[in-house]
Amino acid sequence: MSLISARALSVTHAGHTAIWDVDFEISRGEIVTVVGPNGSGKTTLLRALIGALRPSGGTIKRQAGLKIGYVPQKLAIDPTLPMTVARFLGLPHRHPSEKIKAALEQVGAAGLAARPLADLSGGQFQRALLARALLENPDLLVLDEPTTGLDQPGSAALYRLIEDIRKEYGCAVLMVSHELHVVMSASDRVICLNGHVCCHGAPDIVASAPEYRALFGSGTGGALALYRHDHDHDHDHDHSHGHGHGHSHGHDHSHAKADHPQTEVQN
Amino acid sequence: MILDGFLARAALAGLGVALAAAPLGCFVVWRRMAYFGEATAHAAVLGIALALALQTSVIAGVLGVSLAMALTVSSVGERGIAIDSLLGVLAHSALALGLVAVSFQSGVRLDLMAYLFGDILAVSQTDLATIWIGSALVVALIFWRWSGLLTATLNRDLAYASGLDPAREKMILTLCLALVVAVAIKVVGALLITAMLIIPPAAATPLSRTPEAMAMVAAALGSIAVLAGLWASYVYDTPAGPSIVSASALLFALTHLGAAFARQR
Repeated sequence: MSLISARALSVTHAGHTAIWDVDFEISRGEIVTVVGPNGSGKTTLLRALIGALRPSGGTIKRQAGLKIGYVPQKLAIDPTLPMTVARFLGLPHRHPSEKIKAALEQVGAAGLAARPLADLSGGQFQRALLARALLENPDLLVLDEPTTGLDQPGSAALYRLIEDIRKEYGCAVLMVSHELHVVMSASDRVICLNGHVCCHGAPDIVASAPEYRALFGSGTGGALALYRHDHDHDHDHDHSHGHGHGHSHGHDHSHAKADHPQTEVQN
Repeated sequence: MILDGFLARAALAGLGVALAAAPLGCFVVWRRMAYFGEATAHAAVLGIALALALQTSVIAGVLGVSLAMALTVSSVGERGIAIDSLLGVLAHSALALGLVAVSFQSGVRLDLMAYLFGDILAVSQTDLATIWIGSALVVALIFWRWSGLLTATLNRDLAYASGLDPAREKMILTLCLALVVAVAIKVVGALLITAMLIIPPAAATPLSRTPEAMAMVAAALGSIAVLAGLWASYVYDTPAGPSIVSASALLFALTHLGAAFARQR
């Protein structure tokens, strides 16, 4: 049975229909990624699924007692609100300090517990957010653009971490990204969104779908293959090797980005 | 017994308000609801006029009208972007309208200063009981919802994902705000209630590493300001409410200058 399912979901805010007629479901242990250009309603879909936006049409069903670990894209903290990492990880539910320490270690952010949130770098902050979500012991981990502000090796490391978490916790993972190639190969299923669902399925199938190519151009197909190459080697080879791959990878990423404006004009 | 003295009653009344205003004031600061608090407090003057006209208790009138204002304001939003001027309109209209309405009542003109700036030295045993019951209610409500309030204040989506309802948390704060206004009007008056809410938490910010610490430090600083203000009022014969607020302003200056000095070294 699926953890969350949506049927014919549409969300309208401020008179603008952000998503319409979206069918969605995710089951335990699955990694599903939603891709789409800017303004395609990716974040709107996520926010509707976690209950932050009321659907204007269609239905959302959540499994009873579903625990969601949510990692927002960014978190603006009022400078008057003092907050250490450890305290933040205990919101809304307090946890023993050993558990907080273990969660920080797991996401590669050991030793940050006593630091004020405001002092963290982008990558550290992302990890703290992830650790907080894990402490909720989630059935479903929801991440909005988790690699914003990370470089290519950083993104690749984060996706590997997410795969490890899925293995260990058995939770489902729902991600949103506009960073196509890296995300896609780390996913079981990809949903290509542009207001409505353009196409969905296994990463290979989506990458070769004409709807997907119309949105993102065909340059990204090569990038997907390249990433896989990088990914396969990274485990076996020494660090400098992986780093070299990361460089070529980064190059292709900028290429994919350059394709972006053209395809948006087409739509 | 010393508790029977007017000064002891004044101190207890002031401490009661300071202890409730500190945790609530922290949320007012974190959520940038200062103008929201201002509108709610100014509506109290209208509440006084209403209570006098209907010959009911002042505290009931203040609570009713302040709550109505707080609910109105919270329904239009809270995070002061475009609603900033709307809140200003509501706050000052309520104050002006209240003053006009009060002027229709004969014989209360002398009391007006007391409602605007407080009359802490005239606090009766009954007032004291009302203040402490109201304050205890506010502290209990905030303590009960603390985690949810804090999560919703940090980020609404995080709250939703954890199954919390930010709108409900906001309603708790709205209710607390009206309660604090109702009990604080005797102590610092309608014009300075926002100061009691905002200045001690703002003074506590540089001394605190966690939200809980900030609420505690704010309560301590607020209490110090109450006692120091009363002392100054007694020794120099200054008005008590404004003296208390001046004392907390001094504490604010001290903690922030101290923090700036510590950063320099």
